[in-house]
Amino acid sequence: MTDGTTARRADADDEAIRAHLFSGPQPDVARAAGHIDPPPRMGFFTDTSVCIGCKACEVACKEWNAIPEDGLELTGMSYDNTQGLGSDTWRHVAFIEQRKPLGGQEPGTGHEHVDVFAAARGLGASPASATTPAPGAAPPGAPAGEVSPLTPDGRTELRWLMSSDVCKHCTHAACLDVCPTGSLFRTEFGTVVVQQDVCNGCGYCVPACPYGVIDQRPDDGRAWKCTLCYDRLGVGMEPACAKACPTDSIQFGELEELRERAAARVARLHAAGVPDARLYGEDPGDGVGGDGAFFLLLDEPEVYGLPPDPVVTTRDLPAMWRHAAAAAVSMAALAVAGFARRPR
Amino acid sequence: MNGAGTPPGEPTGRDALTGAHAGRRRRRRGRGERAMVPEAEFSSYYGRPVLHRPTWKAVDIAGYLFLGGLAGASSLLAAGGEATGRPALARTAKLGAAGAITLSLAALVHDLGRPARFVNMLRVFKPTSPMNLGSWLLAGYAPLTLVAAATEVAGRYRPAGVAATASAAVLAPAVATYTAVLICDTAVPSWHEGHREMPFVFAGSAATAGAGLALACVPVAQTGPARRTALLGAALELGAFAVMRRRMGLAAEPLGTGRAGRLLRAAELLTAGGAALAAGAGGRGRGAAAVAGTALLAGSAALRFGIFHAGVASAEDPRYTVIPQRLRLEARTGPAGG
Ligand code: SF4
Ligand code: SF4
Repeated sequence: MTDGTTARRADADDEAIRAHLFSGPQPDVARAAGHIDPPPRMGFFTDTSVCIGCKACEVACKEWNAIPEDGLELTGMSYDNTQGLGSDTWRHVAFIEQRKPLGGQEPGTGHEHVDVFAAARGLGASPASATTPAPGAAPPGAPAGEVSPLTPDGRTELRWLMSSDVCKHCTHAACLDVCPTGSLFRTEFGTVVVQQDVCNGCGYCVPACPYGVIDQRPDDGRAWKCTLCYDRLGVGMEPACAKACPTDSIQFGELEELRERAAARVARLHAAGVPDARLYGEDPGDGVGGDGAFFLLLDEPEVYGLPPDPVVTTRDLPAMWRHAAAAAVSMAALAVAGFARRPR
Repeated sequence: MNGAGTPPGEPTGRDALTGAHAGRRRRRRGRGERAMVPEAEFSSYYGRPVLHRPTWKAVDIAGYLFLGGLAGASSLLAAGGEATGRPALARTAKLGAAGAITLSLAALVHDLGRPARFVNMLRVFKPTSPMNLGSWLLAGYAPLTLVAAATEVAGRYRPAGVAATASAAVLAPAVATYTAVLICDTAVPSWHEGHREMPFVFAGSAATAGAGLALACVPVAQTGPARRTALLGAALELGAFAVMRRRMGLAAEPLGTGRAGRLLRAAELLTAGGAALAAGAGGRGRGAAAVAGTALLAGSAALRFGIFHAGVASAEDPRYTVIPQRLRLEARTGPAGG
């Protein structure tokens, strides 16, 4: 590329960057925040279809970031006793139990038709798993490799959804926009991080986040959340949760590349008979300009406790200021009208 | 929505409720509420909120909203009283503005935990943060009200006092209305959805509070402007509030239920009653004026606390986050699959 085209492209980028400072697709968050020549934007792709709910990410995050212990409460609602993201939980594994078959999975929990002794005798002789029916021996209604709506004995289906939630590192991050101290800032990697020495505990970021991620610690009121392991990124390491994840459900990398990988994964799942698979937060055209940490889900986002159509509140801020200005003028006019008669 | 529920007649196999199913709830709306959107089933994660509720303490922050409005309107009445030769009105309003803004700053600092933390907000100038702009505004406004009140009490340095009173009055409408932007610039449904009308509600509520203080403390002969301000302010507040509720959709529901609903009904009655009394009998007797003024002050405070609690309630219930977003999404892309 010649210098001329590079410059022209940079100009076009600058325009796009300026056009979407508060909402809409933002091609370069780090440059929009004033970083000169930033590295590529980094993020997470959390593929919940392979999450096994082991919580290694939760533990690794707590360990690496030295997050204080925050009590153990047995919720009784599911295997999830962590309950949600907060000041002391930066990765949270949601656990959902549903009466619905998981695509690609042989339905039903009963294995009455399997002769385990026969299968055991066959161990080592055949590469297939001991409990997989041979192609010819699949029960009626469940041809091998396909999903059946019901188990042969008519029982309902069951599936477990597991998903490791995290701060979305929004392209347009409401927490960052409203922070009055500048404590929340955009890193050169395009992530959103709190500077603990600047945070004054005002708590404004807490209700501003459309995902309910950031929260204040009860002790001194300062706000805490996932930093996407800013310290590790700085020395070229991947975040602790991604490192710990045994199934690669949490994938870390350049956002552009993750988006391509995610699109391919959804296509593969659709082809494999999992029509529920969908991406969440990957679209730069959504209400927050796309997430730096996005997900592959197997059900509606709200089932996982995620908002179906989040919008960064700052999108409406110009309108709010306009209305406030008009209201201020009305109030002044009202007072003038109050005095407009002769003194009494 | 998805089909996680068990169709009738199908054996369930086990008793435990499944995640998505447990989150589906039907709720009857409060009596007297108009159905604004069809009653909808929705999914959630075991009924847990999507948002984090505001961590602000009600007394501090709702109090801050109320006192900011009281101060702003008082500054306007002070300047007007001074300009039109109503010394008692000017004096009360100046003291009221200084006292209210001092208390409101105290409430803010109490919520922050340490006074030094207020200063952190002045290390940057950040137009995307209403709280940051508000801090700069208060940093300019509060000293002006203090100078105005101090010169009034001291009876000296009149030119400085006049200048401070006039300058405070210029900033006053912004002080009274920016707090609406402050709470609306969040993801809290019952605040954010009212972002167009809330500044007008707050402007009217501020005017009634300032007028209320004047009515309660100033001799009747000098309260003419306060009575008219009360009437106009009440009309603005109640009118804007009614429009806001109609336009908010489902997010209006928390304004009519629970503690917020009770506070807001009380606010409407107190404001309307106080304004009517001020306009009717407030010009004749000191007693009626004092009652009217007290009612107006109480009405304004109840409004701020009611709106505060409605916001908190809307953040605590996933239905106010999920249903409007789901409807919006489906209007854009068609019904959800799955
Ligand atoms: S998810 Fe919430 S806390 Fe994370 S960047 Fe977005 S607004 Fe901020
Ligand atoms: S609590 Fe801290 S990080 Fe959050 S908005 Fe306030 S100063 Fe910023």
